[in-house]
Amino acid sequence: MPYEIHRSTRTSRIGVPLTILGTAVLGSLPWWADSSTLRLFVEFACMLAYAQMWNLLAGYAGLVSVGQQAYFGIGGYALFGLAETAHVPPFLCVPLSGLIAALIAVPTSRVVFRLHGGYFAIGTWVVAEVFRLAIANVSVVGGGSGTSLTVMGDIARSTREWTTYWLALALAAGSIALLYGLLRSRFGLALFAIRDNERAAASQGVDIGSTKLRIYLVTAFGCGVAGALYFLMNLRISPDAAFGVNWTAYAIFIVVIGGIGSIEGPIVGAVIFFALRETLADFGTGYLIVLGALAVVTMLRFPQGLWGWLADRFDLNVFPVRRRISKSD
Amino acid sequence: MSLLGALDMLLQGVLTGGLYALFAIGLSLMFGVMRLVNIAHGDVIVLGAFLGIAVSAGAGVGLLPVFLLVVPAMFALGYVLQRGVLNATLGRGILPPLLVSFGVSIMIENILLELFSADARSLKAGGLETQSISLGAGLAVGLLPMLTFSAALLCTVALEYLFRRTPLGRAFRAASDDLEAVQLQGIDHRKVFALATAVAFAVVAVAGICLALRTTVTPSDGPGYLLYSFEAVIIGGLGSFWGTFIGALILGVAQAAGFHWDPGWGVLVGHLAFLSVLLVRPRGLFPRTRD
Repeated sequence: MPYEIHRSTRTSRIGVPLTILGTAVLGSLPWWADSSTLRLFVEFACMLAYAQMWNLLAGYAGLVSVGQQAYFGIGGYALFGLAETAHVPPFLCVPLSGLIAALIAVPTSRVVFRLHGGYFAIGTWVVAEVFRLAIANVSVVGGGSGTSLTVMGDIARSTREWTTYWLALALAAGSIALLYGLLRSRFGLALFAIRDNERAAASQGVDIGSTKLRIYLVTAFGCGVAGALYFLMNLRISPDAAFGVNWTAYAIFIVVIGGIGSIEGPIVGAVIFFALRETLADFGTGYLIVLGALAVVTMLRFPQGLWGWLADRFDLNVFPVRRRISKSD
Repeated sequence: MSLLGALDMLLQGVLTGGLYALFAIGLSLMFGVMRLVNIAHGDVIVLGAFLGIAVSAGAGVGLLPVFLLVVPAMFALGYVLQRGVLNATLGRGILPPLLVSFGVSIMIENILLELFSADARSLKAGGLETQSISLGAGLAVGLLPMLTFSAALLCTVALEYLFRRTPLGRAFRAASDDLEAVQLQGIDHRKVFALATAVAFAVVAVAGICLALRTTVTPSDGPGYLLYSFEAVIIGGLGSFWGTFIGALILGVAQAAGFHWDPGWGVLVGHLAFLSVLLVRPRGLFPRTRD
């Protein structure tokens, strides 16, 4: 009986054009939405990209980091440094800040890669704290109390808001496209092999160390860009805000509740996260207790997350990265 | 810096290290027995501190009843948390235990915030906290830091004894070495794990009360203490309580040296000392088991 191997699914044939259409609609948002909506979306995009990076690390490369806020903060501070002292155009600073974050990740990886599993997680956190405490001692950027981005004052408000918004849209779409492209490539195949069985992958000739290192650097870049853009919108930065572990805490909620190890999961998770935040934020700590409990219950009872459960139940697959085998007609 | 100044700094660092050792023992124990990295560890220390403060303020009792009430309560909490939640995360890879304990950490922190607000609080011990012992030559040590250090030493000795000489310790070591073999021997590993966490939480309760006696605590202090505990365990090397104890002293001295140099650099120098050890001796100074 003839079989065929294919990757696209019924939902992906609708899903991908739908995503492109959605991106186009979102692109027109500045013409019909107010600036608070634009700001909310910028924040959403930064969190989504940051969460996707965490997903790539934890869900595919098996690197559970609680310290990616190091690169989020470095991205933010690199932007402030480049724009304020080197007078680089602020919008150009966004990708450059990502590169700086990736550059700093090279020596950092030499230290944290000596730790494994749970110890890697806390070791990366220590590194993020080192950056936070070190920056708090640098008086040029305002020490512990932080500094403001004054150069943005020279740019007209609408230009500022619109460009920031489109950069955010590019970041959100780019993070999804990055995962999609990466996971469908040869490199993605190596990642899947590592995730499923590290030893077996090594015996098939996958270079575990260099694969993990490359993922670590790519995600540092992504987190750096997300941080740069977030603080470009915020116009103010401080070590506690930039290097706070709450960024990673939120990313973990988004990825776990949405579904780890899928591209769609964090998108669903980010929507849930922001919906909860916008409706329950008045409850303050109560909201965070609920979020914590939700993550614990999801991890214990539905480890695949909401999207994983939906995808299994209704055979959904908007961004297919795995090949499937089936009987041909 | 004068010789006396250096000696004083070393002494204060070692005494702070005693407190860090109390912090770290519980983490070391849970990792040693279950390979469980409990991200909520720092928040559990803070929980112990707040329980102490609440009992002291609520019942208006002295220090001894506070210990007698809080330590068993934390022992029970550890047992229940391990039995009810954390056991379900084990044996399914590295993600579940990390993420579940992370969720627990967020929950503890925010429940404490809800109950006690963000105010800094401490435990009063009727003058004990200000007494000191003079060592002559202008050197003096606080009575409370000395007692904390002694408690850390005592806990380390007691746990080494528990692990090496008692049936429960044998079960702990066996579960650590080969979980399947332990189950084949008819030992209920879930109970063994629950007892390990219970013992760890009891030590953490002592640590939390000592912390609240020594300084003020707020609900959001947990992550800092998690990192100190973690650093002590890694500097010392996995699987040895004495290693953890020495690791904590090294961390305490490094921080004291940093604070002496510039108050903004104390904690940072501690972190850098940890990273340096990691670069030179990735498995710590006195490793006994492999991760």
